[in-house]
Amino acid sequence: MDLLNYAFMQRALLAALLVGVTAPAVGIYLVQRRQAIMGDGIGHVALTGVALGFLLRTSPVWMAVLVAALGAIAMELVRSKGRTRGDIALAMLFYGGMAGGVLIVNLAPGGSTANLTSFLFGSITSVSAEDVTVTCLLAAFVMAVTLGLRRQLFAVCQDEEFARVMGLPVRWLNLLLAVTAALTVTVAMRAVGLLLVSALLVVPVAAAQQATRGFAMTLALAVAIGVVVTLSGTVFSFYVDVPPGASIVLLAIAVFALMAALAAPLARKRARAAAAAAEQCTLDLPGGRSPGDDVSVQGAKG
Amino acid sequence: MKDQDTVISLRGAGAALGARPVLRGVDLTVRRGEVVALLGANGSGKSTAVRAVVGQVPLTSGELELFGTPQRRFRDWARIGYVPQRTTAAGGVPATVREIVASGRLSRTKLKWPGKADRDAVHRALDLVGMADRAKDCVEALSGGQHQRVLIARALVASPELLIMDEPMAGVDLASQEVLAETLRGQVAAGATVLLVLHELGPLEPLIDRAVVLRDGCVVHDGPPPEAVGQHALPGHDHVHPHADPAAEPVRTGLLT
Repeated sequence: MDLLNYAFMQRALLAALLVGVTAPAVGIYLVQRRQAIMGDGIGHVALTGVALGFLLRTSPVWMAVLVAALGAIAMELVRSKGRTRGDIALAMLFYGGMAGGVLIVNLAPGGSTANLTSFLFGSITSVSAEDVTVTCLLAAFVMAVTLGLRRQLFAVCQDEEFARVMGLPVRWLNLLLAVTAALTVTVAMRAVGLLLVSALLVVPVAAAQQATRGFAMTLALAVAIGVVVTLSGTVFSFYVDVPPGASIVLLAIAVFALMAALAAPLARKRARAAAAAAEQCTLDLPGGRSPGDDVSVQGAKG
Repeated sequence: MKDQDTVISLRGAGAALGARPVLRGVDLTVRRGEVVALLGANGSGKSTAVRAVVGQVPLTSGELELFGTPQRRFRDWARIGYVPQRTTAAGGVPATVREIVASGRLSRTKLKWPGKADRDAVHRALDLVGMADRAKDCVEALSGGQHQRVLIARALVASPELLIMDEPMAGVDLASQEVLAETLRGQVAAGATVLLVLHELGPLEPLIDRAVVLRDGCVVHDGPPPEAVGQHALPGHDHVHPHADPAAEPVRTGLLT
């Protein structure tokens, strides 16, 4: 393990570990709500923040946090209004964020699109000591929200109307989730890059749910997959000089394919067992059918 | 407080979906311990009426009080158990029966962590609907009727005083219909108040104290469950098409389906 002797590699692996834990922990709620693409949008918007950081000579990471959080809040407001033109509004935000980033970084003195490359695809050598501190703080917040409020977030993402009728503060929980997703994107920015961050929010969750039946199990397995692929992807990038984002995401997709291949026979077996059980229930119906029951059967046809 | 026993009081309620008025001056009163069925054809506004009662459709006119409190100021949501139409509750991640039912307890625990009493309540609710043996199964593996039972357990887990159910019998198999009717009978015997939307009275008929029939967003009947209206309401009539009266069918735009 000579790679651990390099200080930059220690930082890169720590950053990768934090991403592996936080990204699926937030991503699972976005997937549950069928909003898997939201991470992609936040990533695009965060690019404008990074570029603003260069232009204003402040920390690109903190500017990315700020702009991504504002973008995520805007996306949540568009979503919660549920207008039919919501997807168009989101597209404007995505492309606006990307174009804004490219425009602004070229306005910065001595700046060019090349400055953005490490943010777009990740870079193991560029994780500074300051980045590690910021990343740790953000990751701690993300974990506090996604685990501490998991019951509430689960209820909101599963059935939003029911959650409102229960009197949960649904609007605040949704905004909190949006901001948490934005923080996760900026946590992941160094390790996998803004263009690929969404994959890490979604793919470990998609892989895990090939094999699970419940939410808690899916969350645990997705985080485990996330940690394995981010760490091994980062190590791979150390030996074979490629951006870590690419190797991490391809590894995650490989895990997904593997899980799907292994789970398919399992799912068929379960379906057969369920079908057999259902048949049994109908036959075991207490009392059997009387002519009067014909009335109640009608509901099944409607 | 002139009437402590009024649980739901809707007066002159108007509501619109987009530009289309769906409720046009609906009066609906439900008193403690009553079982009231809201009947009507597709598009008559019955689902909108219950969604207005639970605060999910804003009223454009009229007044709504829950347990004697104006709906705007009502905060005691744990007193209401809501069973939405089955199609609305579907997540993109697998969830177990227990997880879904446990989420209904949040109306009591809100942002706090659940304790032993909450876990016991989940178990009791699963028992009530006969799903305790399926607690660890994925809800997607269930039949329509079993799924409906899970949604009812989710509403019952917070021990509500008022149950509001939107089409609880739609797409439910015979075995589950019997379990549902039995569960509801137990709740009513224990003093629960029930408001439910139905296409037709069906197997719940003996439980129902009063029926309110909507047509085009107006109340056209409020009283005992309707007696035979031609062939359609006769017990035993195999009512495969869901509309009470084809002539009363409003113009269907297809926008809501």
